[in-house]
Amino acid sequence: MYVLFLCCRYLRTRFIALASVVSVTLGVATMIVVNAVMAGFAHEMQTRIHGILSDLVFESHSLSGFQDPQWHMEELRRAAGDEIAGMTPTVAVPAMLNFQVRGQWVTRQVMLIGIDEQTHAAVSDFSRYLQHPDNRRQLSFALRDGGYDTVDHQTEGGSGRPALEGAGWPHRRMRVARERAWREKQSAAGISAAPAGDGPVRPIDRQVDAVLAATGGEVVQATVTSPVPEASAAPVDPFRAAAPDEGHVFDPANEQSIGVVPGIGLASFRDSTGTDRFLILPGDDVKITFPTAGTPPKAVTDTFTVVDFYESKMSEYDSNFVFVPIADLERLRGMVDPQTGIPSVNSIQIRLAPGADLEDVRDRLRRAFPADVYSISTWKDKQGPLLAAVDMEMAVLNILLFMIVAVAGFGILAIFFMIVVEKTRDIGILKSLGAGAGGVAAVFLGYGLFLGLVGAGAGLALGLAITWNINRVREVVEWITGQRVFDPSIYYFFRIPTIVDPWTVAWIIAGAVGIAVAASVLPALRAARLHPVEALRHD
Amino acid sequence: MIDAAPAAIAVEGLVKRYRSGGGTLDVLRGIDLAVAPGDFVAIVGSSGSGKSTLLHLMGLLDAPDGGTVLLDGVRADDQPTGRRDRLRNTAIGMVFQSYHLLPELDAVENVLAPLLVRHGPLAWLSRRQAARRDAEALLGRFGLAGRLHHKPRQLSGGEMQRVAIARALVTRPGVLLADEPTGNLDADSGAGILDALVELNRADGLSIVLVTHDPAIAARADRVVRLVAGRVEDA
Repeated sequence: MYVLFLCCRYLRTRFIALASVVSVTLGVATMIVVNAVMAGFAHEMQTRIHGILSDLVFESHSLSGFQDPQWHMEELRRAAGDEIAGMTPTVAVPAMLNFQVRGQWVTRQVMLIGIDEQTHAAVSDFSRYLQHPDNRRQLSFALRDGGYDTVDHQTEGGSGRPALEGAGWPHRRMRVARERAWREKQSAAGISAAPAGDGPVRPIDRQVDAVLAATGGEVVQATVTSPVPEASAAPVDPFRAAAPDEGHVFDPANEQSIGVVPGIGLASFRDSTGTDRFLILPGDDVKITFPTAGTPPKAVTDTFTVVDFYESKMSEYDSNFVFVPIADLERLRGMVDPQTGIPSVNSIQIRLAPGADLEDVRDRLRRAFPADVYSISTWKDKQGPLLAAVDMEMAVLNILLFMIVAVAGFGILAIFFMIVVEKTRDIGILKSLGAGAGGVAAVFLGYGLFLGLVGAGAGLALGLAITWNINRVREVVEWITGQRVFDPSIYYFFRIPTIVDPWTVAWIIAGAVGIAVAASVLPALRAARLHPVEALRHD
Repeated sequence: MIDAAPAAIAVEGLVKRYRSGGGTLDVLRGIDLAVAPGDFVAIVGSSGSGKSTLLHLMGLLDAPDGGTVLLDGVRADDQPTGRRDRLRNTAIGMVFQSYHLLPELDAVENVLAPLLVRHGPLAWLSRRQAARRDAEALLGRFGLAGRLHHKPRQLSGGEMQRVAIARALVTRPGVLLADEPTGNLDADSGAGILDALVELNRADGLSIVLVTHDPAIAARADRVVRLVAGRVEDA
């Protein structure tokens, strides 16, 4: 009983020992907050990645894909039909996106993805990432007549997008009208517009010509809808059609080219006030240069009309992906068998029913389809390195932070040693009263345990308080330092996500208390070994 | 006169050496001493004569290098550690020159300390009330009823020594060992302590061994033993 009694009594009377416990408190609190924030980020990222990729991806090793997606989809249903909730074929090729900004051509390297507008939204969160509410309900590559979201709809209090007001047909018509007015003014002033081949050739045009020459490509006009509309302000259009379709004059005010949904990062940026500014808008035309499916591939360029923007909040995808209708892409690339009309595709995206075991289905499909021809991966397989990197980051951070608590342990060790020295006489008294060495050691071990519990408990309270108010904490820090602590334009979140995992918290506390107890072992042993007579003489 | 009952506490041929520097120092060179039940013995000696050492050995606080310590006729110095701890807790009460009270505990808690050592938390739950009453009664007997919840730093020297005596008695030991109990006290307080001890011996039949350097104090005991250079000279 004296062990328990003295532990409690020392806890109450020796406040200086609580100083040693402050580092335990801070260490525990920090670990809780950091783990919660990292878990929140990791979860957000996983959710987004999983939203972008479908559950399973079915591909062939060959670069030109595989023929007859219909047949393959039937076979997939046969192999794992009851688990499959949706499938869609896609074609993916690297490409160059070209558009004009204030008369200058801008080129961006992209991944051109042909999708089936009817089925694609069913296999991933694709529709959530579009900017027009009607497209979110059902994607269409037809240009919409206004109604695009003028704020970032995925984020509470998201950035404003006033430029999207009037995007779609209104913007397109206004632009066409402006071009016509400008051209009329030019001709009225006696300057001829769009001379064939004359006029200064700008460096960007030379570069593009060089690329085309190197790949032996030709500029081919293959759209059904129209010849290339004239460039708005440049006198020379290097992509000008060789020969327009006979008998049909393309009216850009009322007709569009093949629809395209580019990633929002390709043509927009966020300015310092948090508003998004756009280089191109729905209704503008862009040109995309991509390789055909022949051997060797040739570069082909075509015109497309922007109909919406894709925003997944992950810059890797938003600055890379460009979506077009799969049927048009197959046709333009020559992926359709001329005799049978059966197209080829690069991959089939599969969404599984809720509760399905992804790895299990993947393995089943791998058995059904020969591995030397086909490759089947889960979304985790595809993004494995990225997710593994995040996991490793968390592990390393936890080790480093635990060192803080370990350092606290040394503080406890030092303070306890001094307490034992200070209490040498009292230990002698206890022994003279019949207390054994084990009991005396237990007093100090128990004291260490209690201090650990108090410190960890305070750390738990502090850590949870900060975690649950993390955004207010961020505001306070920003107010104090005057710096942006958490820049939304980098992270694409406005509010810091946190997830508190009870098991993680339990382990943190157990570790901290364990260190406190371990730190009291040496002083406890010293107390145990004191000789009663010598101890009594102390002081 | 042969005493049929075994001595409350006795030592036979007790030897104690200290190693220091290059050589060894023989502090006790073969002590024989028997304290009959109800006896009040004073051990007198000058500083360095080994009288405190003798008392520590008798109180099982230290182990002899030779000879034996007997409690109620049973050899105690060769017992296992746990048994010796228990004897120290229940059969022997000790009072020191510097009182040796635990500073964080008040008077009652200090008196209860040996009982807190003896019983575990579960056993304590049932004994708590009785023990407390016992301790308060003992303190009342020594005139400390108004000081029950004072900490040692709030007590005078004499009061602290009386608390220490109460503590020594709370387990109803067979023998009380007192090492210069009045050493730090003025004459009046010291006399009060000695009166208390004499009363305990006469009224309760408590065997007492008192160590002192002052022959006047020793004279209050029934029997005086002189310790000179590690050996006993009977007076």
